[in-house]
Amino acid sequence: MITPDRTVHTTCPYCGVGCQIDLHIKNEMVYRVDGRFDNDVNNGKLCVKGRFGYDYIHAPDRLTQPLIRNDKVSGFTPASWENVLDTVATRLWETRDKYGPDSIAILTSAKCTNEENYLLQKFARAVIGTNNVDHCARL
Amino acid sequence: MTNSIHDIPQADVLLVTGSNTTEAHPVLALQMKKAVRQHGAKLLLIDPRRIELADFAYLHLRHKPGTDVALFNAMAHAIIAHGWANERFIAERTEGFAALKEALADWPPERAAVITGVRARDIVAAAQLYAQASNGAIFWAMGITQHTSGTDNVKALSNLALLTGHIGRPGTGLNPLRGQNNVQGACDMGGLVNVYPGYQPVTSEEVRRKFAAGWDVPFESLSPTVGLTVTEIMQGVLDGRIHAIYIMGENPMLSDPNLNHVEEALRAVDFLVVQDIFLNETAELADVILPAASFAEKGGTFTSTERRVQMVRPAFDPPGVARQDWQIITELANRLGHNWHYDSPAEIFAEMAGLTPQYAGMNHARLEQDGLQWPCPTPEHPGTPVLHTSQFSRGLGLFCPVAYRPPAEETDEEYPFILSTGRILFHWHGGTMSRRSPGLEAMAPEAEVEINPADAACLGVTTGDWVSVASRRGEVLAAAKVTRRSPKGTVFMTFHYAEAAVNLLTIDAVDPTAKIPEYKVCAVKVNKATFVAAASAASNDDKSPTTNN
Ligand code: SF4
Repeated sequence: MITPDRTVHTTCPYCGVGCQIDLHIKNEMVYRVDGRFDNDVNNGKLCVKGRFGYDYIHAPDRLTQPLIRNDKVSGFTPASWENVLDTVATRLWETRDKYGPDSIAILTSAKCTNEENYLLQKFARAVIGTNNVDHCARL
Repeated sequence: MTNSIHDIPQADVLLVTGSNTTEAHPVLALQMKKAVRQHGAKLLLIDPRRIELADFAYLHLRHKPGTDVALFNAMAHAIIAHGWANERFIAERTEGFAALKEALADWPPERAAVITGVRARDIVAAAQLYAQASNGAIFWAMGITQHTSGTDNVKALSNLALLTGHIGRPGTGLNPLRGQNNVQGACDMGGLVNVYPGYQPVTSEEVRRKFAAGWDVPFESLSPTVGLTVTEIMQGVLDGRIHAIYIMGENPMLSDPNLNHVEEALRAVDFLVVQDIFLNETAELADVILPAASFAEKGGTFTSTERRVQMVRPAFDPPGVARQDWQIITELANRLGHNWHYDSPAEIFAEMAGLTPQYAGMNHARLEQDGLQWPCPTPEHPGTPVLHTSQFSRGLGLFCPVAYRPPAEETDEEYPFILSTGRILFHWHGGTMSRRSPGLEAMAPEAEVEINPADAACLGVTTGDWVSVASRRGEVLAAAKVTRRSPKGTVFMTFHYAEAAVNLLTIDAVDPTAKIPEYKVCAVKVNKATFVAAASAASNDDKSPTTNN
């Protein structure tokens, strides 16, 4: 029996049922996931995705640094946060200046948290000045 | 959902339509099975496909895809005609009954039978079953909404609940099941073209004044114009109206309809920023990629399908120099001349709750325990497990007569099959997450197209054969799975597989109100594919399939 270094109580990232889970972590890896019993939502139960679908967290092809490219044919080159954030800010501002706020569109995410969604729509509305903000959850 | 997951076993009739619950919402489906097995509830399944829930159904109506409004209207007709309506509820809690009754006069079950392919007496039996329940609960998912008539389908279901008074008590209600984990939250937070957080309209001056004050920006800087939806944004690029797109945590290159069109737009747009955890198909087209954190590396909240706001807690640091999304957005806002200060997601939540009535009484400290179901207007409020107990948001419930409109694309001689798309148990959405699990991938490694045995026999196809599925927009190859789950004339595919991207086929016709694409119905042709045997002893991977017409 493995003793976890720590367990973290969180919410399943897959479907809208919102099952409560414990991530069991050893050597900075999730090695086991259990459904929690202390709630009315899943009461200990999980489906196959919620129990086993976590390899992606540690996948070797996770994005680990900002990438940038100068034209649509060449590949990406790694860049610093300073560099990419400046580039994004400048390009968005130039676009807004030239074509107006409604020439920019922003897609928020049904996979991100409420806080992140709130902030991104605030960015669209208060910083850019457009209501072109949607997500793919209609889909 | 108007109701809660844990009150499902209190229903004595469950009307489930357009939801393959056991595969898409498995743990919620356990409550449905419990209601049937342990409490003797009757399951009324209305679904063209013979899904697993059919094993639990008391009555299963298999209507022709896209004819939902005709079916529900006829059920409502039968409820009124047979005197099964809840007259007291109609008198006390609703308005518009006379108009509905008049509109429904045109919908005898015999007429719906011709359109839907369901026998009139089965329609009447379904109406009686639901209407005469003590507690009847309606559940649906994207099988109802992913149609050009999606909004009408939901209105037609609402009419059934209002006619019978099956709303506002445990074990009843109108319960849409949300697909992705935080669809509910993304909508609640105003990730929509027409509303701020809490569904407050952008067109209202009062609302804009409130947000201008809350965000400390000039009132004039907030746009009063409703924005463009995803589908309109893609068209907007091609029309020269949209010049930059910023995408956080979505992969429209796999999930949007008519993919060739999406790809054209994303290649054409002047500037594309993608913030994600993988270099997915959309990121590959980006000018800048911002590496973000997975759910296991971030704090915050998700809101589930039962409106329950629950904590997400970080277990790790993001890999490499990847950052949490809220930190990235804040950095960008400050580079664009704003002065945002947030130390944690809890602070962002507090600001949001101050502007969002449904969340006003919540904060991270309160949510630590169990989560809370909105509306939760004050810090003492316990949350709301059942909506509309004594009145509706607008006061009285409004009956909305709905007209039947056929799907945007109907079958014809050249494209004789209906294609429906959806999910399977082992994978999720575009597959970016689930397909990286060797275990899940082993259970369902390749794209399949489900096809009825009679159709398969006509095409000379058996399970495992490669078939080509082609619509007016594109073609994909997949392995045939011959099964009675698919009704005759309908084939089914999932959208989990990039290598057989079903959205190359789907149509981007949308519902006029909800702007949801019609993923559940488009016309396709299906043919057996043959492999051109390579001259050399090629490995399996080198097989190049071609279509045998
Ligand atoms: S464990 Fe399964 S049913 Fe529960 S939230 Fe996760 S995906 Fe949904």
